Amino acid sequence: MELMIAILVTVVGAATPILIAALGELVVERSGVLNLGVEGMMLIGAIAGFVVQFHTGNPYLALLCGAAAGMAASLIFGFLTLSLSANQTATGLALTIFGTGFSALAGSSYSARPVTLMQPLFPAELATHPIAKVIFGYSFPIYFSFIMVVAIWYFLHRTRAGLILRAVGENDQSAHSIGYSVIGVRYLAVMFGGAMAGIAGACFPLLLTPQWAERMTAGRGWIAVALVVFASWKPFRLLAGAYLFGLVMTMELYAKAGGGPLSVIPSELWAALPYLATVVVLVLISLRRDASTNAPACLGKPFLPAN
Amino acid sequence: MTLNRRTFVKISGAAAALPLLGSHAFAQLEKIKIGFIYVGSINDNGYNYAHNQGRIFVEEALGDKVETIFVENVPEGPDCERVLRELAQQGCNLIFATSFGFGDSVVKVAAQFPDIAFEHATGYMPGPNIGLYNARFYEGRAVCGTIAGHMSKTGKAGYIGSFPIPEVVMGINALALSGRRINPAFTVKPVYISTWNDPAKEADAARAMIDQGIDIIAQHTDGPAALQVAAERGIIGGFGQGADMSAFAPETQLTAIIDNWGPHYLASAEAVLAGTWTPGNTWEGLKENVVEMGPYGAKVPEDVVADAEKVRTGQIDGSFHIFTGPIKDNTGAERVAAGVVMTDAELLSMDWYVEGVEQPA
Repeated sequence: MELMIAILVTVVGAATPILIAALGELVVERSGVLNLGVEGMMLIGAIAGFVVQFHTGNPYLALLCGAAAGMAASLIFGFLTLSLSANQTATGLALTIFGTGFSALAGSSYSARPVTLMQPLFPAELATHPIAKVIFGYSFPIYFSFIMVVAIWYFLHRTRAGLILRAVGENDQSAHSIGYSVIGVRYLAVMFGGAMAGIAGACFPLLLTPQWAERMTAGRGWIAVALVVFASWKPFRLLAGAYLFGLVMTMELYAKAGGGPLSVIPSELWAALPYLATVVVLVLISLRRDASTNAPACLGKPFLPAN
Repeated sequence: MTLNRRTFVKISGAAAALPLLGSHAFAQLEKIKIGFIYVGSINDNGYNYAHNQGRIFVEEALGDKVETIFVENVPEGPDCERVLRELAQQGCNLIFATSFGFGDSVVKVAAQFPDIAFEHATGYMPGPNIGLYNARFYEGRAVCGTIAGHMSKTGKAGYIGSFPIPEVVMGINALALSGRRINPAFTVKPVYISTWNDPAKEADAARAMIDQGIDIIAQHTDGPAALQVAAERGIIGGFGQGADMSAFAPETQLTAIIDNWGPHYLASAEAVLAGTWTPGNTWEGLKENVVEMGPYGAKVPEDVVADAEKVRTGQIDGSFHIFTGPIKDNTGAERVAAGVVMTDAELLSMDWYVEGVEQPA
C-alpha cells in the first residue's frame, strides 16, 4: 500500500511538467500554429526559474519568471512565423536549438549550486495519512496543472473566445473574412504556449531535482508535442495521456529496482508501452474519421489573407 | 616544390620507410598548444567538469608556455572527427579526446597528423601517435563500499548506472565486494537508466530504489541528482561521483570519488614540450592521485573512517586489491580462484556481476 502511494506520488511528479507543456502546445495547435520549439522554451523556463529561485528563494516568483522567459522565447517564434510567415516547422526546430544553447550559456555560472525544492502547498498535518498524502501532498504546479486542464477545456468549448480561436485554427480565411484578427489570435495563443512551456521547464529545478544541469529537460518537450497528437487535441485526453506516459516512465524504474510483484511485467515492456499505446491510439483515430478527432485544418500553414 | 614524378617517388619512398623508424620522434618545443574535446558540458559537476579542471591545472602550471582550447558537447560520431581535425589544423601539438566513443575518430585523424600527439581516455586502440590513459575508479568504489557495508541498516544499497559497460559493471562489483567484506549479507541493486545525463530520471530512479528498501545509494551518471533525493528522503547517504558533490547534499554525502586528471595532463604536456613524448598506456588510481577521495561526511563514525582509510592506503601501498579471489558471480559459480588477482584485461572486459549484486531487470 505504501509502495503504491509512493509510486503514485512519483508518477504525478513525472507527469506534471509534460502535462503543463502539452496543454500550452494544445492551445497553440488549436489556433493553427505548430510550434516545435517546446523543448527549447522549457529549457529557457528552467534556467530562468532556477536563477530566480537561487537568488530569491521564492518559488512562486521563480515560476512566474519561468513563464515570462518562455513567453519571451515564444515571441521570437511568433514574430518569425506569424509576422514574417517563416516556415513553422523549421522555426520551431531552430527555437529548440536556440533554447538549448541559450540556457546553457545563461546557466554556465550556476553549476554546482543547489536550490531548495518547492514545498507542498498544504500544511504537512493535512498530508499525514497516506491517502491524504495523495490528495494534499503536492506543491502548487501539480494543482495548477489540474486546474488548467479544466480551464482550457472550458475556454475552448464553452466560451466565445475559445470558439474564435478554434475557428482561426480550422479556417483562417473565413475567420479573417468575418473580421477576426487571425494573426492577433495566433500571437496570443503562441505566447500562452510559451508561458506554459516556461512553467513546465521551471518545474524541473523546483519540483524534480533542485539543480541546474544543461539539457535537464532531456527530451520531455518532444513527448509533450507528441502527446498533443496522441490526445487528438483534447484536454482531458491529454491529461490521461500525460499520466500514462508518467506511469510507464516511473514504472519502468520501479520494475528495474524492485523484485516481487513489480517485476511481473518486465521493465523492457514498460519502456515500450508508450510507443505501443501511441500506435494503438493512432490506429483508433484513423478508424474514427469524424472531424472531432482530426487535427486543426490550418495546422502548420502560414496565414496569408486571400483578399 | 612542384610535384613531378621524381619527387613523388622520393616522397612515397620516404613515407614507405617511415614505419621502419619505429615510433615517431617529436621535436622540442618553446610553447605548446593543447586541444581538449569533451563529450558533455564542463558544467555537469561530474565527469566533464573533472577533465576541464585538469585542463585548468595545466594552464596554471605552465603559464605562458601553454595555450589550451577546448570544445564541449561533442557527440560521439562524425562530428568528433571534424572537431579533432579542426583542432589539429589550428596548430595543436597535443590533443586529449576524453570519451570512450571518440576512439574511432582519434584513430582516423591521428593517422593524418603524425606530428601531433593524441591521447584518448578510457580507450583501447593505441597507435604510433596515440596514447591511452584511464583511471582506476573502482579503487574509490572499494572505499565507498567499505563505508556502505558498515553504515547500511537494511544491508541494501542502490546503484544508478548509465549503461552496462565494463567500466560501470566494475564499479558496481567493487562496491558489492567491498561492502560484503564488512557485512556478508550486503547486496547491491543496480538500475540502468540508459543515459549519462537526465537529472529528472536519475532522481526518479533513486526514489524508486529508496521506496523499495535501499538506504545507501551510489551512481555512475554525471550529476548529483541521486544524492539530492537521498537527502530529500533522509536515507543514510550516498557518494559523489567524479567530483566532490557535498554542496548538493552536505549531510548526505558520505564521501566522493574525485577524478584528478591534472597531473597526467601536465606530465604529457611537459613531455611534448621536451620532445620526449611517447604514446603511453596508463591506468592509474589512488596511488598516483588520479583518483582521490573526497572528505568523509560528518555522519561517518570514526571507526568507519579508520576502516575506509585502511582500504584506501592499502590500495596505495599495493597490499590490498579488491578484485582478489575467491570471487563468485551472482549465480554462485566461482569466477576467480582464491588468492588470484584479476588482470587488467579481465577487468576491462568485465560483463558479469559478483555475488550480492542483483541481476539488473
